Amino acid sequence: MREHRVLRFFQLWPQTGAESLGDIGFRWLSGCCALLVPLLILAIFMQLLYYSIPTIKTFGLGFLFSQTWNPVTQEFGAASSIFGTLISTLIAMLLAVPLSMVIALLLVELAPPRISRVIGTLIELLAAIPSIIYGMWGLFVFAPFMADYVQPALGNTLGFLPLFQGPPMGIGMLTAGIILAFMILPFITMITRDVFLLVPPVVKESAYGIGSTTWEVTYKVTIPYGLVGVLGAGFLGLGRALGETMAVTFVIGNTHRISASLFAPGNSIASCLANEFAEATEPLYVSSLIALGLVLFIVTYLVQVLSQMMLRRMYRAWSVGL
Amino acid sequence: MNRRPPTGRRLINFLVSGLSVLASLLGITLLGWITLEVIYRGLAAINLDFFIKLPTPPGMAGGGLGNAIAGTLAMTGLATLIAVPLGLLGGVYLAEYGEDSRLADNSRFSANVLMGMPSIIIGVFIYAIVVVPLKHFSGYAGALALAIIMLPVISRTTEDMLRLVPNTLRETALALGAPRWKVTVLIVFRAARAGLITGGLLGVARVSGETAPLLFTALNSPYWFRSLGEPMANLTVTIFNYAMSPYSDWQQMAWGASLLITVGVLALNLTARFVLQEKK
Repeated sequence: MREHRVLRFFQLWPQTGAESLGDIGFRWLSGCCALLVPLLILAIFMQLLYYSIPTIKTFGLGFLFSQTWNPVTQEFGAASSIFGTLISTLIAMLLAVPLSMVIALLLVELAPPRISRVIGTLIELLAAIPSIIYGMWGLFVFAPFMADYVQPALGNTLGFLPLFQGPPMGIGMLTAGIILAFMILPFITMITRDVFLLVPPVVKESAYGIGSTTWEVTYKVTIPYGLVGVLGAGFLGLGRALGETMAVTFVIGNTHRISASLFAPGNSIASCLANEFAEATEPLYVSSLIALGLVLFIVTYLVQVLSQMMLRRMYRAWSVGL
Repeated sequence: MNRRPPTGRRLINFLVSGLSVLASLLGITLLGWITLEVIYRGLAAINLDFFIKLPTPPGMAGGGLGNAIAGTLAMTGLATLIAVPLGLLGGVYLAEYGEDSRLADNSRFSANVLMGMPSIIIGVFIYAIVVVPLKHFSGYAGALALAIIMLPVISRTTEDMLRLVPNTLRETALALGAPRWKVTVLIVFRAARAGLITGGLLGVARVSGETAPLLFTALNSPYWFRSLGEPMANLTVTIFNYAMSPYSDWQQMAWGASLLITVGVLALNLTARFVLQEKK
């Protein structure tokens, strides 16, 4: 019945000619909506740049290398925030990349399909948990756990390194890095899994056929074959880690200081914005915060573009749609 | 000729397999640990007052986060109203018209980049273009920030879902003389309905836990909202403020709000999955 109604509906307005007026309008409308996304990115960049001008004029390039951050004397430098962003991201990547690889290995090669699907779903749900929940859990559950068990253990065994010295307070660079690792782990795992799945079975089977073990096939065949994709997945995680805000803000300690110890509190660009933006009143203060945002924007943009290019190259090469 | 790999290689293989099982267990434990902790600590704060009362000053018993719940719902709703039509049409262009054109290519690429953009940057952007000119924080600003985050999610899922619709269906309708836009709206949308709903649900799930873009757009407020044109209470910023406060009853409230957000987001995700699976 429904089909008949639809048919009648069309016949009421028979179309002649190549493209009706409605068609032209609809195509333009949808085209404009598609154009909106690139325009938004451009607008974000322009706005950040515009508001950063006072900072760039006052401090010049020195803004990036100065450690002072003093709203009272109106002196601002981004060094401690940039340092904190880089260190916490580095910790996160060192932990998350190998873990994601082996989980993807389990999902694709080792586990039976049904178990693999269940584990896959659970890992995907881990990615869905909002950042602020990681923050709550990090501050009230994980930071005390770090202070009571992990940090004393690290201090006792590796305490001769300056990295692991100082009082075990729970919050600080190390805890922030570990929580970041937990947050990006599912993203990297999911894409690595897809990349592993795309490697043609024939290639893997020939390696198995000459007597390779699962690990050897993964290490010497699957990973080299899908290297661009695996790198793309890593960069995607990197971009997320650099800009992650709430979870880091809860546990990093929020002080503008550069310390050698990973137990010490610090801050990151995103956490600095989250903490100070709403309270900033002087124009130069706001401008400096937005300049920090501009730095973050440029870095994450480049990382994202790299990651997209790698993933796209891989999908293109293997002729499947993105 | 039945030779096994030498012991060393087998040992390494065994170790890596063990490691991968351990890593997966770690991931699952983490999910369990976080959700159980949120449920355990959050349930203590949940009662009827939690949903319908205004917050009280620290130390005073009772009170709830009714205003924050209402605020989050209102802003997420408005963001959905803005982002869904725009994202849907954008997705239509990518799947039906643009395909491999330069505009479509750019839009797709930008949508992927925008999805990975730190949400706090979106907050700064909205602060600069909405809050500064209007000179005050507002619910509209918050909703706009959320809409920008939602837009690329909707547009990309729409494209993927429309591409799953077989071309023969389009050709059949076109052959009957239907104009292209009617084919899209009446035939293709209907065929891809489950997928489009999934996209919308995922979009809402993505923004309903967002905090960073609301910190300096919607800000927060201790009152019920009378209009979207004023600073607006919301659950996530309340969690942040209360968790950072030294008062244990406020921290308790923050756990209650966390429970609500976690349950909401996980439920949306699972529903989205369920809707898509029903279709298949």
